[in-house]
Amino acid sequence: MNKILLIIKREYLSRVRKKSFIIMTILGPVLMAGLILAPILLMDSSDEEKKEIWVCDENNLFEPQFEDIDGTDYQFFKNDLVEVKERFNTSDGYALVHIPKFENESIDVLESSVKVYVRKPMSFSNQNQISNNIESVIESIKLKEEGLTRDIIDRTRSNVNLNTIILGESGSEKTGSTEVSMGISMFGGFLIYIFIFLYGAMVMRGVMEEKTSRIVEIIISSVKPIQLMMGKIIGIALVGFTQFALWVSLTFLISSLATALLVSPADLNPVDMANGSEMLIQEAEMNHGGLASVFEQLESINITFLLVMFLFYFIGGYLMYGSLFAAVGSAVDSETDSQQFMLPITIPLIFSFIALQTILENPDSSLAFWCSIIPFTSPIVMMGRLPFDPPFWEIVLSMLLLIVGFIFTSWLAGRIYRVGILMYGQKVNYKTLWKWIKQS
Amino acid sequence: MKVLEVRSVTKSYSHHKALDDVSLSVPEGEIFGLLGPNGAGKTSLIRIINQITMPDQGDILFKGNYLSNDHIKSIGYLPEERGLYKKMKVGEQALYLAQLKGLSTVEAKTALKEWFQKFDIEPWWDKTVEDLSKGMAQKVQFITTVLHRPKLLIFDEPFSGFDPINANIIKDEIIKLKEKGTSIIFSTHRMESVEELCDHIALIDKSKKILDGPIQQIKENFKQQIYTVDFSSSNLDFLNALPEPFKLINKNNHQAYIQILNQTPASDLIRFLLDKSDIKAFEEKIPTINEIFIRTVQENES
Repeated sequence: MNKILLIIKREYLSRVRKKSFIIMTILGPVLMAGLILAPILLMDSSDEEKKEIWVCDENNLFEPQFEDIDGTDYQFFKNDLVEVKERFNTSDGYALVHIPKFENESIDVLESSVKVYVRKPMSFSNQNQISNNIESVIESIKLKEEGLTRDIIDRTRSNVNLNTIILGESGSEKTGSTEVSMGISMFGGFLIYIFIFLYGAMVMRGVMEEKTSRIVEIIISSVKPIQLMMGKIIGIALVGFTQFALWVSLTFLISSLATALLVSPADLNPVDMANGSEMLIQEAEMNHGGLASVFEQLESINITFLLVMFLFYFIGGYLMYGSLFAAVGSAVDSETDSQQFMLPITIPLIFSFIALQTILENPDSSLAFWCSIIPFTSPIVMMGRLPFDPPFWEIVLSMLLLIVGFIFTSWLAGRIYRVGILMYGQKVNYKTLWKWIKQS
Repeated sequence: MKVLEVRSVTKSYSHHKALDDVSLSVPEGEIFGLLGPNGAGKTSLIRIINQITMPDQGDILFKGNYLSNDHIKSIGYLPEERGLYKKMKVGEQALYLAQLKGLSTVEAKTALKEWFQKFDIEPWWDKTVEDLSKGMAQKVQFITTVLHRPKLLIFDEPFSGFDPINANIIKDEIIKLKEKGTSIIFSTHRMESVEELCDHIALIDKSKKILDGPIQQIKENFKQQIYTVDFSSSNLDFLNALPEPFKLINKNNHQAYIQILNQTPASDLIRFLLDKSDIKAFEEKIPTINEIFIRTVQENES
């Protein structure tokens, strides 16, 4: 037992002290914070270089309706197209939109007759913006013809948010939110998926390092192979936890610091900021019916329960796959040889991640049931199903089977491992692996 | 007193039998040479003694007790295929390996300091192994093998990777360990070091033990009554027609190898030769371990 602790300590310290670990730990949150801050920064930077878009409107109808948003500046010209084009050629305008006269014909003719002249391909968002602007003008004109105003239309619009209430068996009621549940599910499942891949591969490389450097024979003359294998798996799991904990706290720290620094009123144009935050709120309102209600729904989900379960499936899934990664590492001499054995490990992982998306649509389907029971897929799938309150017995069964599962894979991997680490320069295929498992 | 007894050990792998009913006993305080051609089963036996693998049949006794986990601390093993963690610091690594053998941190540190001083390699303590040359790494490896003062040491090709000077340092250390009472199993293909170091040898071929005994006795048994004779003249034509029971094996310039085919005493041969020519030297030819190895294995093959 004492020896396992020694192994865990070495595996842990040797990795945590590595430069690459320190760099990744610092870089990870910077990247994450970058992802969070990027939209804010982009919003800020886009108005630095305003795009001048020229509009040659022969009908003289559109000018009052075009809004200069998102870093565009519309310039209207009533002159003849040929003349405007000439001037456009010598200017630094970004695009020239030509709206031809429709005179006696229906305004619908504009649907296909508007032309845009550009010097280089136009961005998709600018294109959208221009066509949206034109469309809304046409719409307004048509509405007026029908005797309606935009005000009336706006007033008749409505936005319905469904307040899901889950009826418990005992008659209890609970507000549920599909969106928030889905978000948590996806996030939890994704984390487990990434963790297993990242640290499973680390286990495999660690085993291969010991095998190729030939130190393994010295170590297993002091400890049992299974002790070395489990010590490595646990040590690396602790590395994972450390990195994860550091990432979470550093991300939080950096993003809150950066938000405080970057989004200070002095740095930003107040109008832009108002615009930006307004948009964010609008978006939030569209999705969830207000930020307040998001928090309300978050509260309705038992966070402690989810967190405990997350840890369980996190560890269970990792132990289950980690030992298989170790077995692969022990069987091969180089990383290139490992490919053939990686497939059966990666397929159930990738499958469960893909299945998770379908299962979230229908968390009570039989696919969802089986995937959350079978230990190869349950760490990811059950994690995804948990916010949807699956029956209690299913959770218990899934947990028990996961424990059985990782005991089984550790046993299986241990049998491959103890033979594999001492085999050099042998061509290994599935038949040889099977022989090793049977070997006493 | 036997430090180790191997009793009828058999070990099979999926495609071949590595050890077939092998029995050995290693006397305490001696250097025991474990010889055999490549693939004979030496490594399999050594791995069983180190409890890396288990025998299919048979028992191993360490000082009269069945081999168990408690004996790990009493055995030191330097495998032929050896290595260290490349990115780990030398001192830390040696400490780790010693702790795995069951030494406490303090014990391990003190012992390591002593050895590092003895080999004059203290500045290496904080270097990583990848910064050391192959010979330097081998030295560290040797230290980690003997550090916990095992009662039984197993060296598999201990001199490979060492230059002659360092090989000599290691050889001297091995002899010193023996003098302190350590029993040593020594597996090698370098017969001159067997000749120099071993008290006892066993020869394994095709997974069976084919020869075993104290080295002097084996040599005695393998003597073929061949004598080396140095003559003062180079005219040795008379040797072509030797009478019974003498037989010329080989001759060149002033020297000849002559075998006595029955129990006739060597003095008869000397008398006969003195009649024909002047003799400068006369000596019984003792077979070398190399010759014994080759002869035994070849006889076993046919």
